[in-house]
Amino acid sequence: MLTTPPLVDIRNLKVTFTGGPKPICAINGVDLALDRGETLAILGESGSGKSVTLRAMLRLNPEKRTKVEGSITVGGKDVLTLGPKELQAFRGRDVSMIFQEPALALDPVYTLGHQIAETIVKHDGGSWADARKRALDLFERVRIPSPERRLDNYPHEMSGGMRQRAMIALALACNPKVLLADEPTTALDATVQIQILLLIRELQREFGIAVIFVTHDIGVAVEVADRVAVMYGGRIVETGPIRDILRSPRHPYTIGLLKSRAHDAMTKGTRLDAIPGSPPDLANLPPGCSFAPRCKLAAPACSEATPEPVAVGAGHEARCFRTDATAPVAA
Amino acid sequence: MTSVASLLPQDPAKTVAPIERSPGYWSGVGKRFRKDKLAIAAGILVLLLILMAIFAPLIAPMDPYAGRTIRRLRPVGTDGFPLGTDELGRDMLSRLIYGARYSLMMGVTPVLMAFGVGSLIGIIAGYVGGKTNTVMMRTIDVFYAFPSVLLAVALSGALGAGIQNALVSLTVVFIPPIARVAEAVTTQVRNRDYVEAARASGANALTIIRVHVLGNVLGPIFVYATGLISVSMILASGLSFLGLGVRPPEPEWGLMLNTLRTAIYNQPLVAALPGVMIFITSISFNVLADGLRNAMDVKV
Repeated sequence: MLTTPPLVDIRNLKVTFTGGPKPICAINGVDLALDRGETLAILGESGSGKSVTLRAMLRLNPEKRTKVEGSITVGGKDVLTLGPKELQAFRGRDVSMIFQEPALALDPVYTLGHQIAETIVKHDGGSWADARKRALDLFERVRIPSPERRLDNYPHEMSGGMRQRAMIALALACNPKVLLADEPTTALDATVQIQILLLIRELQREFGIAVIFVTHDIGVAVEVADRVAVMYGGRIVETGPIRDILRSPRHPYTIGLLKSRAHDAMTKGTRLDAIPGSPPDLANLPPGCSFAPRCKLAAPACSEATPEPVAVGAGHEARCFRTDATAPVAA
Repeated sequence: MTSVASLLPQDPAKTVAPIERSPGYWSGVGKRFRKDKLAIAAGILVLLLILMAIFAPLIAPMDPYAGRTIRRLRPVGTDGFPLGTDELGRDMLSRLIYGARYSLMMGVTPVLMAFGVGSLIGIIAGYVGGKTNTVMMRTIDVFYAFPSVLLAVALSGALGAGIQNALVSLTVVFIPPIARVAEAVTTQVRNRDYVEAARASGANALTIIRVHVLGNVLGPIFVYATGLISVSMILASGLSFLGLGVRPPEPEWGLMLNTLRTAIYNQPLVAALPGVMIFITSISFNVLADGLRNAMDVKV
C-alpha cells in the first residue's frame, strides 16, 4: 500500500462479554477504516453492536468481563495494548466521545465551565485561567449564546440542545483527532436535532476531525455521513458511500431497513414494511449469516457459512451470498 | 419621523435582555429552609445551645463543681439558685450550662469521625464493587445487626469507662449506617453517564472519585449524618447514666440524671431538669436535620 494508513483502522474486532452464564458475542469481526476529516455513520438496531464498537475504541467496556480480540489502531497507536497512563492520555486527546443523553453525561454538581476546564487542566496542564479562556472559546464555537454567563451555569439550567452543545464543547476540549458520537440526537427534539447535526458537520470541517456517528435513524445518517456502515448481529453487513447505500442497497437487511421507514407518500391505512422476526440472540448466534433466519432471499448456503464482504461498487461492500439476487430488487 | 423610529426596536444588541446569573443551588436551599418555621426555631435553639456551651464560664453564675452539703437539693426558684441545687449542693443552673459542652461534644464528635471513616469505607466499597464490596459491606452488616444501644454499651463496657472510650464506641456504632448510605449513593453515582463520560475523556480513578463521586455523594451522606447527632447525644447520655461515659464530678446531663435519680421523690423537678435539657437539645438537632434534608431535597 502506498497510500498513508487510515487514521482509524479496526481489523477483525471481536468483543465478547463473559460476565454472564453464557458468553455474549456482541461484535463478531468488524473491519472499519476512517480517514482524517471523514464522517462515518454506523447504522443498526438496538443490540447490533454499534455502541459496543464505539466503547471498544476507548476501551470503556468493563475490562474484567470483556474479551476483546482483533486490532484497533488510531493515529498509529495500538489501542488494545496501551498501558493505563497511555490510555488516560489517549482518551479525550486522541479520541473523545459525546453521549446520547447530555443531561446524564454532565455532572450535575459542577458548572459547565468547571467541567471543561477540569478536563483541559488534567490533559494539558496549564493554569485554570487559561483553561477557562479555552472553555469560553469552545462555547463560542459550539454557538452557545452569551457564552460567558453560560460557563457558570449548571447543566440543569440549560435546555437539552444547549446541554448537547456543551457536551460537544467538552468533547472537543483537548483537540481530539476522532470524535465518537453515540446517538447524540436521540434524546433531543426534532427541531434541535438538525441544529446539532449541522453543528457537528460544521465543527468537523473546521477542526478537520474524523467523526464516527452511531445512530438508528437513517435520516440522521443522511444529514451527516460521507459513508455508512450497517451493522447487524455484531457484524458490518454493508458499507459504502451514503448515496450508494440509499439508492442501491445490496444487503437484504439494508433493503429491509430502508423499506421499513415511513416515507412521505404514505397514505392512511398502509402498513409499514417491517422485517419479520427479531434480532439474533448474541449468546447463541446461528452458524451462518446471522440475518439468514429473517431473510426472504436466504438460500441453504446462507445458514452454513458466514459470507465474506463482496464488492458491489466503488467502496461499496455487502456481506451476502445473494448479492446477485439483490441487484434487481434495488434497481 | 422620529415618532415612528422610536417605535422600532432599538439596536438588537442593546435590547437583548442579559441572562441573569441564575440563582445557585444554595440560594434555593436557603429559600426553602426559610419557609420552614419549625426548622428555624430549632436552628435558633441549637445556636443558643452552642453559644451557651462556648461561653459557659461567662454565663454560669457559679462554679459547677463547688458544692456544700448544707444546701443540697434545694427546690427550683430558691434565692440564688434559680434551678435549685443537686444532691451535693451544686448549682443546677451552672451545671446544666456546662453540661451543654459535653452534650454537644458527645453528639457531634462521634458523628464527625464516623462520617469520615464510614464515607471512606462506603465510597471504596461502592466504587470498587464486586467481591470487595461484598466483603466490606457484609462485615459492616455484622455490626449493623446489633441494636445501637447494646453495641455502644458493650463496647464502652469492654473498653472501660471514660469520655474517650465512649467517643470511640459511639463512633463504631455510627460507622455502619453511614457506610451503608455512602455505599448506596456511590453505587448509584458510579453507574451514571457522567462518570463514564469522565473516563472517556481520560480521567483516572482517583480524579473520578475526587471530583465526580465525592461531589455527588458527600451532600446526601452529610445530611444523613446530621440526623445522627441527636441519636449520638442520647446514646452518650445513656452511657453516662450507666456509668460508662463521663465520670463524676463532671456536669454531664446523663450522669446528672443518674446521680439525681435517688432524689426523684424529694425534688422531682430538679431531678428531671437534665432530662429536659437532653430532650430539648436532641429534638432541636433532629428537627434542624430534617429541615436541612427537606431544604436540600436529598433522598436517603
